[in-house]
Amino acid sequence: MSTVKFTEEHEWIKVEGDTGTVGITPYAQEQLGDVVYVELPAVGKQVEKGKEMAVVESVKAASEVYAPVSGAIVAVNDKLAGEPATVNAEPMAGGWFVKIKLSKPDELNGLMDQAAYDKYVKGLH
Amino acid sequence: MRYLPLTDADRRTMLAKIGVPSVDSLFRDVPERARFGKIDLPDHLGELEVERAISAMAAKNLGTGRAPSFLGAGAYRHHVPSSVDHLIQRGEFLTSYTPYQPEVTQGTLEYLFEFQTQVALIADMDVANASMYDGATATAEAVMMANRVTRRSKAVLSGGLHPHYREIVATHAHFGGFTAEFLPPDPQGQESLLDRIDNQTSCVVVQNPGFFGHLRDYAALAQACQKAGALLIVAVAEIVSLGAVKPPGAMGADIVAAEGQSLGNALGFGGPYVGLFATREKYVRQMPGRLVGQTVDTDGRRGWVLTLSTREQHIRREKATSNICTNSGLCALAFTIHLTILGEAGFTRLADLNHATAVRLAERLSSVKGVEVVNDTFFNEFTVRLPKPATSVIDALADRGILGGVPVSRLYPKESALADLLLLAATETNTDADIDALVRALKEVL
Repeated sequence: MSTVKFTEEHEWIKVEGDTGTVGITPYAQEQLGDVVYVELPAVGKQVEKGKEMAVVESVKAASEVYAPVSGAIVAVNDKLAGEPATVNAEPMAGGWFVKIKLSKPDELNGLMDQAAYDKYVKGLH
Repeated sequence: MRYLPLTDADRRTMLAKIGVPSVDSLFRDVPERARFGKIDLPDHLGELEVERAISAMAAKNLGTGRAPSFLGAGAYRHHVPSSVDHLIQRGEFLTSYTPYQPEVTQGTLEYLFEFQTQVALIADMDVANASMYDGATATAEAVMMANRVTRRSKAVLSGGLHPHYREIVATHAHFGGFTAEFLPPDPQGQESLLDRIDNQTSCVVVQNPGFFGHLRDYAALAQACQKAGALLIVAVAEIVSLGAVKPPGAMGADIVAAEGQSLGNALGFGGPYVGLFATREKYVRQMPGRLVGQTVDTDGRRGWVLTLSTREQHIRREKATSNICTNSGLCALAFTIHLTILGEAGFTRLADLNHATAVRLAERLSSVKGVEVVNDTFFNEFTVRLPKPATSVIDALADRGILGGVPVSRLYPKESALADLLLLAATETNTDADIDALVRALKEVL
């Protein structure tokens, strides 16, 4: 069974076993506007919870994407290089950024579930 | 606002306002030993006297304009048509600022777009930026770009790369936390770089024509770099060479970093110059500097804008691809106007003329006893070996009113093995009488 968790920086992570797939939320892509470029880390790179992991660039701005958990990058979504707009079209599916092998699974406990994140986003307006 | 110095009355008013007795007392927190002592300057002079004093000082220079000159080594005297200076001094060009607002800066954006197009064409690359400071800083930026692209941090630099370019890269390596491996100076132009590449190498940097003048085809090196996942950076210090020589792009270079001074820009004691930077389209987002793109306005008319600005410092702050947030706009304009006046045929003819003059110079010099031409290949500059230290020969030639080239020891002062080597450049500005004078004087001083 998989769980989806969210960060206050608008990343999502879907965990299956010891690996989490990470992307940015529908709210984040909507705020950014049309995504034109995504800079992804190298496979094998160690990332740390809360530290910069990738960059997403839209017609309006370039924003850092932070690692929701610590661990090693085991896969990156190469498809985004040619079709960055996938981030807008399917932020929670085909527009994923990286897969992280979790080194500290307990970190997930500090993240929001869907209901908490929805409430958090509502509070931003 | 007045652009005039403060009067004593102004000073008194300001000091009284903030309650400070004197200007000096503002600096009392600076320790005495760190302050400037009394500077011994002469009293003020009238404009006429200043003009006389400065002219007398300037007359001590032996300028390239009033002596047969064979100076090169990274800065080349060429004939710049007077129309270039006239056009760049138009107020619309001379005083224009960074073209952030495309609706009011189409002229600036258009010439930068033309500049980029010319640079990409002569280097045979996909894309060029709107210029950098000079060839040396462009080369350092190229190395840092290669580090970003390959996510590696070891650069290998040829012994044929200009020593100044090497020093700028070394400075960035020191403070930027990457490794730069410098091969020893290569006056013979025969170094092998292939065995220096491994799976940690981010890039190999060569110069063509090399600092010592040699021309090489780096196609095999480009292939070896590609196989190892490294980038090949080709620096060009004399851009006129590209009118005659196979361009770096055709050899498989990933980045071209060049000095553009030769076109449109005066020697000017070393600056301001203009750096050229070109790369492959797939690396464009890692390219430093400004980029102008062509687009259409709301009525569908052709126009130009700064593009991919999100890479840059004014948007991305400390996360920018580089700290280059400007360009050598006016020098780039001079480059573009000069190259436009030449046209493709003129550029090729200019290059041929340079090479032919240098060949004549080399032939004449090899007939002088004690002078050995080192190069088998060259464009408009080559190295000769003299029977004694080159600096002494150059000084003796200068006493005879001739600028006889650049001793290699000027740039490599610690390499005693290079002390007898002299670099000589010949361009379209050198006449047969110049060459005669040099040969005559050399026979006297050797």
